[in-house]
Amino acid sequence: MLEAQKGFGRQRRYREQKLAFLAIRLAAGLSLGVMAAIIIYIVVNGVPALSWAFLTEFPRDNMSAGGIFPAIVGTVLLAVGALLTALPLGFGAAIYLAEYARPGPLVTAIRLGVANLAGVPSVVFGLFGLSLFVTTLGFGRSLLSGSLTLGLLILPTVTAAAEEALRQTPASFREAALALGANRWQAIRQVVLPAALPGMLTGAILALGRAAGETAPIVFTASAAYTLLLPDSIYREVMALPTHILNLATNSVHIEATRPQQFGSALVLLVLVLGLSTFAIVVRAKLRRGRQW
Amino acid sequence: MTDESHPPAARDRGTLLKPKLSPTEKGARFFFLVCAISALGQMLLIMVFLFTEAGRLFVSLDGEKGVSLGEFFLSQDWYPTYPSPSYGALALVAGSLSVTLLSILLAGPLGVGLAIYLSSMAGRRSREWLKPAIELLASIPSVVLGFVGMVAIAPFLQNALGLPSGLNILNASLFLAVMATPTVASLGEDALSAVPQSVQDASYALGATHWETIWKVILPASLSGLSTAVILGLGRALGETIVVLMVAGGAAQIPLSLFDSARPLTSTLAAEMGETAIGSAHYHALFALGAVLFVLTLAFNLLAHYLGKYWRRKA
Repeated sequence: MLEAQKGFGRQRRYREQKLAFLAIRLAAGLSLGVMAAIIIYIVVNGVPALSWAFLTEFPRDNMSAGGIFPAIVGTVLLAVGALLTALPLGFGAAIYLAEYARPGPLVTAIRLGVANLAGVPSVVFGLFGLSLFVTTLGFGRSLLSGSLTLGLLILPTVTAAAEEALRQTPASFREAALALGANRWQAIRQVVLPAALPGMLTGAILALGRAAGETAPIVFTASAAYTLLLPDSIYREVMALPTHILNLATNSVHIEATRPQQFGSALVLLVLVLGLSTFAIVVRAKLRRGRQW
Repeated sequence: MTDESHPPAARDRGTLLKPKLSPTEKGARFFFLVCAISALGQMLLIMVFLFTEAGRLFVSLDGEKGVSLGEFFLSQDWYPTYPSPSYGALALVAGSLSVTLLSILLAGPLGVGLAIYLSSMAGRRSREWLKPAIELLASIPSVVLGFVGMVAIAPFLQNALGLPSGLNILNASLFLAVMATPTVASLGEDALSAVPQSVQDASYALGATHWETIWKVILPASLSGLSTAVILGLGRALGETIVVLMVAGGAAQIPLSLFDSARPLTSTLAAEMGETAIGSAHYHALFALGAVLFVLTLAFNLLAHYLGKYWRRKA
């Protein structure tokens, strides 16, 4: 029989395909399954620890009772501070790169800087924050130092997302504005920015979600194991959820006794971070679908 | 709004093509340039601070002899708090590399598998919710992963395998793999989806099966992007701190088996920086570790960049 009549070993080839696809499905299922299992594990063990008091009270009895209110407040304040740091700089840099920059050595250098910053480990940002903000500038371990460190950490992501959003605004928008006699800045401010801003903001919120869950950059720049009061100035140390979990799970006096607190805090952090990210992803999807251009 | 950018004088001077910029226009442009340059400045500033703080370990200060570069890189004795301290980073570097390489052995195939599934096998519907789901999974805080490793996987490993402790490089690499898989998958998916449809159509037209098209056409064509994805995943695992701090065990030794405890660079930094006096030799030694970590991740990033370029040129 001719090779062609046997379909070039068709059966064998389809058997191969079946096996390969099975392996790929297993790999995909396994990786998604493991991550889902981790979330479910935290939810199942964390929910019993949750109560109104847990969310609104200060910790008591060596952290084994009471709530995590100051840690929640600290994490939110750090996140807001990070956003205030990263937004002006990141958006400014993105506007320059997308609207003004012409290819050249300077722009190449800036892009290289942004790309490599994104790969710098967060603990190195922590060291940098310790050396620059805490020590050299004398801000001490504080809300200010932590916010600045986290802000710098998310700066490359915020910049990249904002530039992407600006680039998706059609050139015809700018041309129309310029043709009507607007100058460059007027065109950017009144036409390009309003169109690109929602996309820029969702990118920033996505970056922020990740920053809110970061531990390493705030361990030595901002966080205290315990504070008696909520911070009354930006020069105060704050409690934060990630470091609170870390402390209770590795350093506390009663590691076993504080287990419910640990699960509860992990759940609250997870909800906060995934909630923020989900919000940004949903808004982004809506924007993409509803876009007129 | 009055238009200031094209004053009549410009026409008279014959500079119509290059209108004089108004102060606001100039100011805005200058402001954005400063923002952009600050990103570059930040990178330089990080390097300056990291390397000056690290450098002080190696020079003599206040009559104390500095640590030699040879000792720092070749000794495995990390005893920073002993009366006669020694600062050898070898065991810590070995700890970092071992958990990172192990984790990428898992995250590489799993991430690429997930990427193939997303780009070539999943239907449009499931793709539409799987992609954001993976993005979401990438943002699970590392402290939560480390916590699960401590309270769930460590006791399990300890009991199931009869080990003295479940906090070891196996446990740490498992969770680093969980962190790195979404990165590899989403970057890999971008690479696979970038292969032109016409190339795939040509493969089908020649009678290839779906799998043969993936294996012999799509994968080779996207090798540059895939290798970049895996190396960036590697970089992410290498820089991850809290997971290894919580589950790698923390013994400063060169790990020889899967069940040995290790103390990667990152966890050493996180564990010891809070305890040490600012400006002490220990403090500078920790910055030196940070500098090593920085150089290693930078090397991975540049490798990813150039490998991508190299494959693209070959293709």
